[in-house]
Amino acid sequence: MQDFFDAFQQAFALIASGDPELIGIVLLSLRVSLTALILACIIGFPIGALLAVSNFPGRRAIILFFNAAMGLPPVVVGLTLYLLFSQAGPLAVLELLYTPTAMIIAQIVLITPIIISLTRGTIAGLLAEHGETLRAMRATRPQMVMTLLREAHPALLTTAVVGLGRAFAEVGAVMIVGGNINHVTRVMTTSIALETSRGELAMALALGIILLIIALFTNAAVYALAPRSRELAHV
Amino acid sequence: MSESAEVVPIRPSIRLDTDALTLTDIRLSHEGRNLLDGVIAEISSNGITTLIGPNGAGKSLLLRVIMDLVKPTSGVVEFGDGFEHPALVFQRPILLRRSVRANLNHALKLAKVPKADRSGRLAELLVAADLTRLAENPARALSGGEQQRLSIVRALASNPSLLLLDEPTASLDPSATKAIEDLIRNTSAAGVKIILVTHNRAQAKRLADDVLFLHQGKIAEHTLAEKFFQAPQSDAAKGYLAGDLLL
Repeated sequence: MQDFFDAFQQAFALIASGDPELIGIVLLSLRVSLTALILACIIGFPIGALLAVSNFPGRRAIILFFNAAMGLPPVVVGLTLYLLFSQAGPLAVLELLYTPTAMIIAQIVLITPIIISLTRGTIAGLLAEHGETLRAMRATRPQMVMTLLREAHPALLTTAVVGLGRAFAEVGAVMIVGGNINHVTRVMTTSIALETSRGELAMALALGIILLIIALFTNAAVYALAPRSRELAHV
Repeated sequence: MSESAEVVPIRPSIRLDTDALTLTDIRLSHEGRNLLDGVIAEISSNGITTLIGPNGAGKSLLLRVIMDLVKPTSGVVEFGDGFEHPALVFQRPILLRRSVRANLNHALKLAKVPKADRSGRLAELLVAADLTRLAENPARALSGGEQQRLSIVRALASNPSLLLLDEPTASLDPSATKAIEDLIRNTSAAGVKIILVTHNRAQAKRLADDVLFLHQGKIAEHTLAEKFFQAPQSDAAKGYLAGDLLL
């Protein structure tokens, strides 16, 4: 029990001291996950909205594919990307293996289907409400997509938070394509796994606490942004 | 009491108008039912035409066909020279989760009104709807009548020559109804043709220049309002005005 409390004490001491290794890991995690999230949103929001407002052959199959891809096993994504980027792989020339870029790509592959599927569901709901009115106002399809995306922004913020949560929590894929190299590709989750296996509980706990704080801060930020939306909604 | 009057489609009895909106044998079937069953009408390019009839007669559907939101099974909708483009206001206003001003600004953008002209036009629309003092309020927080006035002027943002109104005062109280009716009269006086679907016979009497009476998917009668209310010609219209339940 004493070890348990000691580990917490040391963890808080590490955080309070601004340990450079700890800070480096946190900053890299933020850089990788936020970059992946931004790119996934840029890709996912319009595709999700287009899937909601369009009707074309194969649309249902695409929707099913993205819904299924929400549950992609991270290690399978990591392994696939590893095979693509490894020396024997078709994308070896890019020299991305064991770089933060490879980790960003892995996270994009994992969270984009989530963004697309949740966005499609949200926009489809709004389309049922606003579709006829927008068509009566002669809105073109891109105008309809833009209007509904803006209308959906409180729900899309939540979607982004879900995506960010998935990105931050991810271990398997980034471990395989990043290699968990100290000062290069070591992020919070891979570091927690490593430090725990080495018995360095203080560092693991410190990173875990910071991960929780980031999750809380993100949700608080979304909640703080929401009042204006709620005020305008009045639904 | 219930009555099922047989309807024989008739040619419009009002004057022929080269600017008119012409509906030629509009038919629409769904799951074996004829929802619109050969609608024929020539609707003049000015004044207020009310489209009345019992529930399920096809009134709202006909507005959607005119608006090209629903494709008829057969038949043609032809806009005469007097019409540039139509706009439609639905029974239940669907407004964006934005302020009153932002809703109108969005409509002006969709209508491709140049940015430089938007603020002036927006101010005019706010005045027309008597919503200037509520311009910054969330649109969805307005009362039912205010929301409907907003949706009417939003439809006017595109400067339509024809405004289709689908029961705009349904479930509104008398003062809200009067405000909407005043807006409809002012819009008509400004030269916009109005086609108004209503269940309210008194409202049709107050507003209509001519009446299209729709029953069982057919135009049972199309005549000047005064004539319609004083001496309806068709059995169905007589029954409707007498308060019979038409099936």
